[in-house]
Amino acid sequence: MDILTGLLNGFSVALAPANLLWCFVGVFLGTVVGVLPGLGPPATIAMLLPLTFSMNPTGAIIMLAGIYYGAKYGGSTTSILMNVPGESASVVTCIDGYQMARKGRAGAALGIAAIASFVAGTVGVLALMLVAPPLAKFALSFSSPEYFALMSLGLALVVLLAGRSIVKALLAALVGLWIASIGTDLFSTNSRFTFGRMELLSGIDFIVVAIGVFALGEVLGNMEVREETQLLQVPRGLRNLLPTWQDLKDCRFAFVNGSVIGFIVGTLPGGGSTIASFLSYGLEKAVSRRRDQFGTGVIEGVAAPEGANNSETGGALVPLLTLGIPGSGTTAILLAALVLWGFKPGPLFIPEHPDLFWGLVASMYIGNVMLLVLNLPLVPLFAQVLRMPVYLLYPIILGVSLVGV
Amino acid sequence: MEDGTRKSGDLWSGIALGGLGATIIVQASHWEYSSPEGPGPGFFPIWYGIAMLALAALLVVSQLRATPGDAKAVDWKRIGRAISVWAALAGSVALFKILGFVLSFALLTYFIVTVLYRRPIRTAAIAAVASAAGFYLVFDWALGLSLPSGMLGF
Repeated sequence: MDILTGLLNGFSVALAPANLLWCFVGVFLGTVVGVLPGLGPPATIAMLLPLTFSMNPTGAIIMLAGIYYGAKYGGSTTSILMNVPGESASVVTCIDGYQMARKGRAGAALGIAAIASFVAGTVGVLALMLVAPPLAKFALSFSSPEYFALMSLGLALVVLLAGRSIVKALLAALVGLWIASIGTDLFSTNSRFTFGRMELLSGIDFIVVAIGVFALGEVLGNMEVREETQLLQVPRGLRNLLPTWQDLKDCRFAFVNGSVIGFIVGTLPGGGSTIASFLSYGLEKAVSRRRDQFGTGVIEGVAAPEGANNSETGGALVPLLTLGIPGSGTTAILLAALVLWGFKPGPLFIPEHPDLFWGLVASMYIGNVMLLVLNLPLVPLFAQVLRMPVYLLYPIILGVSLVGV
Repeated sequence: MEDGTRKSGDLWSGIALGGLGATIIVQASHWEYSSPEGPGPGFFPIWYGIAMLALAALLVVSQLRATPGDAKAVDWKRIGRAISVWAALAGSVALFKILGFVLSFALLTYFIVTVLYRRPIRTAAIAAVASAAGFYLVFDWALGLSLPSGMLGF
């Protein structure tokens, strides 16, 4: 009953015209960001974060979350049409998605990616709604030792997020600790690592570091090479984008698989949508009757990872909102955003800010519907974004980053 | 030292991070390690400085012991492109006080389009003017965020 009341309250918040607008702006920007290889949600959220300081926090978190899950819808477009993943989680979609496009089934691949994203994304939000409040209630019994353990877990997550080299991950974490300790020590009022500069006494803002690491880092990494890729033809008309009845029947298990695996992996700190999409693809391949055809353009090979990728969003928000632990770069920025607006994500977040939590949950249902509408008939339009020359795109990202800082 | 190892990016970043770790330890050693109330301002930096130095040493040693094939050589051409963008960006920020955001950003765009992407001068000029004007219109005029202005007043 609490959940139902909360959800109704959430819809009353999310359906306010201003919040609907921010939800649309978020999912639209997210789709564009997802379509563009080389610009990810962490960079976009970091760049836009300074602009949200003058906004209502509910509208702001609805917009930033929209960018987060909207990018996952858009990420499949380049995987299917160019064999270039828009996001790391869409890497596995390239395998069968691009092969389908080469066989003239780009429309069905794009369509099933949008439908799987919608189904699994909605299931992910449903699970978030059911799991987060009881978990937060349980976490209310935490005292200092549990909080210390949570902080240690948060720092230890660096190892999970690291990839192959634990040594390099730990070194990166230590550099982060060094940057965080620049400025005045709160207990002794000693200045540390300021080199006599007054500007450094108050430390280095998180937003500056976030934009430097995510936005500039991504641009510099992409500008190392001058690469050009070929875009396959995008089918026009809704009819050409809709999968056949047989396609949907073939994807039944993929929808369930993607939804469940995506959410579970999302709740595990350090899991991430990339792991979720690979796991889901692997499971789909293992149980499929036509597993030997995977990699040649099998539609389930698109539906399962895209579903997992989107369901993961709901899962990733569980530890973020109930324990204050981010599991990925994007949720780390969302955590920072909440802190900068004056909130404290953790066990008390839901009871103290029900409008914000339930408004966000309700907006995600609405946002998923918006994304389905945006991504089915309008996918040819979004694909046009790919025709924007990179020599124009990167200076613009640099400019927005500078304005943000 | 084998050629492949010498060229490894991990080796050079390990050396740089080792240097940073040593600097942190030296700086932190001048601060109080502990006080009657508990750890002093030097306590935490000393320990993460030591950890950084140790891990950096581990990274360097693992690179020195790696077989030449294991080490990924640095592609200086790619790094050069990234560094030149970074330097151009830093230069444009330094020029904010003199030229203002709009002109500095136009110069940065011009540099990226002509030098890094080898586009014709005309294309670069159009891109620079259009993007700088776009930023001025969106941020300064429409959103009312005052962009840094220079000696020319904009």
